[in-house]
Amino acid sequence: MPYLAPTRTEDALRFLRSNSPKVVAGCTDYFPSLQQGQVDEDLLDVTRIPGMRGISRDETGWRIGAATTWTDIVRAPLPPAFDALKLAAREVGSLQIQNQGTVAGNICNASPAADGVPPLLALEATVEIAAADARRVVPLSEFITGVRRTVLQPDELVVALHVPDVSADTQSHFLKLGSRTNLVISIAMVAANVRLDAGRVALAHIAVGSCSPVARRLPDLEARLVGTAVEDLAGFDFANPEALTPLTPISDVRGSADYRLDAVAELCRRAVIAASARS
Amino acid sequence: MDVRNTEASVAFELNGEAVRITPNPGERLSEALRERLEARDVKIGCNAGDCGACTVLVDGEVVCACLMTAQQAHERTVETLAGLVRSDAHAQGLMERFQDHGAAQCGICTPGMIVSAVGLLRETRAPDESQVQEALGGVLCRCTGYRKIIDAVLGVPAAIVEDGGVGQALRRVDGIGKVEGTERFGDDVAPPGTLEIKVIRSPYPLATFEFGDLNGWREEIAGIEAVLTAADIPGENRFGVIPAFADQPVFAEGTARFRGEAVAAIVGTPDAVRAFSPDAFPVTWAELGGVSVVSEAQADGAPQLHEARPDNLMCRGFVTTGDAEAALATADVTVEGTFTSGFVEHGYIEPEAGFAEIVDGRVEIHACTQAPVMDLEAMEIILGMHRNQIRMVPTGVGGGFGSKLDISVQPYLALGALKTGRPVRLTYSRTESMQSTTKRHPSEIHIRIGATQDGKLSGFHFEGAFNTGAYASWGPTVANRVPVHASGPYRVSDYTAVAKGIHTHCPPAGAFRGFGVPQSGIAQESLFDELAQKLGIDALEFRVQNALEDGVPTVCGQVFEQGVGAKACLEALRPAWHRERVRADAFNAGATGALRRGVGLAAGWYGCGNTSLPNPSTIKAGIRADGTVVLHQGATDIGQGSNTVISQIFGSALGFSAADLTLVGGDTDVTPDAGKTSASRQTFVSGNAARQSGEAMRAKILRQVDASKEAAIAFGDGTLTVSDGDRQHVIDLRTLPPDNEGYVITSTGRYDPPTKPLDKNGQGAPYAQFGYAAQLAVVEVDLALGTTRPIRFVAAHDVGKAINPVLVEGQVQGGIAQGLGMALMEEYLPGRTENLHDYLIPTIGDIPPIETLILELPDAHGPYGAKGLGEHVLIPTAPALLNAIKHATGVRMYSVPVTPSKLRDAIKGARHG
Ligand SMILES: Cc1cc2nc3c(=O)[nH]c(=O)nc-3n(C[C@H](O)[C@H](O)[C@H](O)COP(=O)(O)OP(=O)(O)OC[C@H]3O[C@@H](n4cnc5c(N)ncnc54)[C@H](O)[C@@H]3O)c2cc1C
Ligand code: FES
Ligand code: FES
Repeated sequence: MPYLAPTRTEDALRFLRSNSPKVVAGCTDYFPSLQQGQVDEDLLDVTRIPGMRGISRDETGWRIGAATTWTDIVRAPLPPAFDALKLAAREVGSLQIQNQGTVAGNICNASPAADGVPPLLALEATVEIAAADARRVVPLSEFITGVRRTVLQPDELVVALHVPDVSADTQSHFLKLGSRTNLVISIAMVAANVRLDAGRVALAHIAVGSCSPVARRLPDLEARLVGTAVEDLAGFDFANPEALTPLTPISDVRGSADYRLDAVAELCRRAVIAASARS
Repeated sequence: MDVRNTEASVAFELNGEAVRITPNPGERLSEALRERLEARDVKIGCNAGDCGACTVLVDGEVVCACLMTAQQAHERTVETLAGLVRSDAHAQGLMERFQDHGAAQCGICTPGMIVSAVGLLRETRAPDESQVQEALGGVLCRCTGYRKIIDAVLGVPAAIVEDGGVGQALRRVDGIGKVEGTERFGDDVAPPGTLEIKVIRSPYPLATFEFGDLNGWREEIAGIEAVLTAADIPGENRFGVIPAFADQPVFAEGTARFRGEAVAAIVGTPDAVRAFSPDAFPVTWAELGGVSVVSEAQADGAPQLHEARPDNLMCRGFVTTGDAEAALATADVTVEGTFTSGFVEHGYIEPEAGFAEIVDGRVEIHACTQAPVMDLEAMEIILGMHRNQIRMVPTGVGGGFGSKLDISVQPYLALGALKTGRPVRLTYSRTESMQSTTKRHPSEIHIRIGATQDGKLSGFHFEGAFNTGAYASWGPTVANRVPVHASGPYRVSDYTAVAKGIHTHCPPAGAFRGFGVPQSGIAQESLFDELAQKLGIDALEFRVQNALEDGVPTVCGQVFEQGVGAKACLEALRPAWHRERVRADAFNAGATGALRRGVGLAAGWYGCGNTSLPNPSTIKAGIRADGTVVLHQGATDIGQGSNTVISQIFGSALGFSAADLTLVGGDTDVTPDAGKTSASRQTFVSGNAARQSGEAMRAKILRQVDASKEAAIAFGDGTLTVSDGDRQHVIDLRTLPPDNEGYVITSTGRYDPPTKPLDKNGQGAPYAQFGYAAQLAVVEVDLALGTTRPIRFVAAHDVGKAINPVLVEGQVQGGIAQGLGMALMEEYLPGRTENLHDYLIPTIGDIPPIETLILELPDAHGPYGAKGLGEHVLIPTAPALLNAIKHATGVRMYSVPVTPSKLRDAIKGARHG
């Protein structure tokens, strides 16, 4: 049962193919899910691969290394369109969790309540996946396929997320609803990226988490919002059932399905208004 | 790169020193630190990132050591509390301020708190409150209510004194070990490598089971030294805190009655236990349909938990006086309501843990406990051994709140040590702790209350069903206490109250701060607001008008001629009540968004000590020939501060500085029984014993030199100096004959509170004293989302005499935090919220400023007038919050916790209905 923490992606991918290890990064999802007696797994720790951590610019946009931590995100100088992602980062668990937990870990763990996913959906992020002999890029919206399910194959690693260029005047906000202040799993959360033109919504990307097996964008709502004057947002019908059709919330200990839909409409309103006001 | 680097060693800098270890692949850093590097100052509360007790700095950043592999620390620097307090100026300052503010109660969260605060202060020299809350948001504390911790980090000046007689804010006498990380809790005693125990538990609420070939199985697996089952119990396979109701097996036999009940255990090497999967254990289960709520348990044909208790009725409590029905019939207005609450988990950050070994043929058990002597008595029966063959040594206790009154790890430890003949250790996982130990009783309460037009109470009828789970535990106490207290601290002449404890296939419900009274308080205090509203009387004045006073009988017919502080507590809130109502109304009048404010209040009372039963405490002290004064302080300090309070009382009685006493804890070999730490009895009962002991010692000393009462005493090296006016006597202690414990002078105090039994109508004198409280809460409710944010509390508590005002405030703030949790977020659902990720307790960001008004109406029975305080602190909190929510929203909530989902539904319902 080896523990491997390579410094090169190639070595990681080779080990992945040869030993089928469990991939770990910040381990903040790995350890809590560990069962009594689960010990003889091989582990591949990706946190020592320099190219896997950090945020950089390239010709087409931004590259976020897979093992970039939430704290890295909070500290990085990024345009306002990333504000939702930063706000989400600051609400992931606690500082401890933010210092350890990684962006790729969050999306690979594929929890419906993953706070990183709605902001990344609103940014139209894509996922760069590598195997020993291949590389592919998948939109985040297709990467997560269900509760704790992704398109990732056993011999594949996520190496980075990519965010296409966003205009400097795109504003963004994130709201998380929970039953206490810190360290809380979302009952629902909303990320909204909004671009205004002459006091009207010119573009809106709205994504909602914890209200469906996989966080979802709300294209119908986004389309309806386009053209709405900022001052009319308060009275806008965010609760329109058609606008919320992608959402299929469940009832659980954190809240009823009805409550989630009800709250999400309100969170969407607040997030869009707040994003519009951030300029 | 070496792919096969299984044996790779890991090197890092730990607290300034280079260390090298060879951990297992994927071993948690926390485990490596604790078990390989003796850094037991790193605490484990959950092993899942939820509690932050394991917080360390890695390359200067806070991380949870339980969520990091030891390999990830390779070539990094790791700092823990113990190292920081040696060399880091921030840590050293925090260490002092934590002690000044009493910011460490039990101390189990303190390492995580101080390490997190160091991380903050290194970056932000003068943080503000919200920065402190953000930086410490990842560390849970169940004792303090966080406000003292915030004060300590901010560096708010503290009113601490050095010598510390009664009434003074002396630092905790046992505080230093908590802030340095040297205090030893249940899991900190066993040497690394000790054999470990793992308990096999039922995965079902109700199931029958059969074992396969246990011996054959054991022999197959290297490192498993023993398997324990009911067959290994030399004495009786039965325990229970109330002898007449003792019904719980150490290991279930044939049938398991709740999810998480123990059926067997293995003892093995750490590696073998680590690799052991419970699925591999040779047991086959047949799940049966159990009952989980009172209505199911009482339905026709419901499965019966205990043969001798038909209809799953464990027992009933009853109090009646006057004629409730007649008074209700003639009342001008009446209100009624059904209130419900769920299981509440104690949520101490230290899971049950301990260590046992055989020493000279005797079993010695070290464990975190609230009641060492009760543990000893239980072990006598289970082990079938004479009590002088058993020694209970309490370790530091990382919070208890009632649950560590019942035994948990103790019998497994003893059986494991006896069967293997070797030292053994056992630490519950967070989930095991939550599944198998006691909870607050879920309640279903129906009450009707009447009043006349002029605001006088007229008739009170109470019926409460309490889900006591699979075994009795403290259920009978709840059933008895509730009818005595359900009236609240008011004059109710026509009263009937019945409480029933009903068995279900749930974890045993037992003692949790208040023994059922917080639940009945919610119902009664909520309806008092409704009643006042119906009458058009101010909610505070309605309570003042009906409050108990000196000379007025309680519902048990008990008359206190002095010390009844109910009215004083309520009146103390009057200024805040008016101010906050006006502010809230102004806020709401100007509100355009979704936020509304509300102000609510509630009162409470609590009888200190056992209900109508003897509960003596004995406190012994001795002076050694070298002049050391030793206090055998058996009143277990679970964070509430009995070590300090008892020392202060003893010190004042003796005329000696409490801080200079040497404490010996509740080791059953050397310290007499000071009873259990429960029922708010330690300050009152053990405090009286300590006072007597101190006074007796003083009298002995003064008599020796024939000094006057006013004389001052002082101890030097081997001498005792008595200064009496201008006369000085020096006693050479070394010339006095020492007894077999090495004491040249000893004294003992014993106190048992005077009570009288209750008759069939619940009339009598159940307690020698009550403590009183009233609290006010201000909340802000988001009407659109249903979220409630408490923004301020004012708490008035009559403690008779505040032996230590800082400790009083600490109790009040901690109690309010627990009451807040119960009101707004906490519900234990077996199988669903069995960890601190899904079971939410308040975090540092959830507790607003708390103003504590300490009232001192001396009690004739209390030491220096002191009354107990431990449970009163949370009784008014939940109803005050519910009343504030009503004020903010117009909606009355009948069920706790008031989660956002429930409140939003109710607000919507009220709009449409
Ligand atoms: C107390 C606590 C609070 C939390 N609060 C929140 C919260 O508020 N919001 C939230 O969204 N989450 C929360 N989490 C969950 C978790 O912290 C996040 O999901 C985090 O981002 C996971 O990252 P990680 O690096 O720690 O993942 P790991 O545990 O290391 O890995 C998680 C999963 O991802 C896989 N993986 C990781 N990296 C890669 C890669 N590069 N390629 C392929 N697979 C990979 C692993 O195999 C594993 O299956 C919390 C967790 C804890 C313990
Ligand atoms: S023990 Fe690590 S967070 Fe609780
Ligand atoms: S002092 Fe914080 S948990 Fe006890």
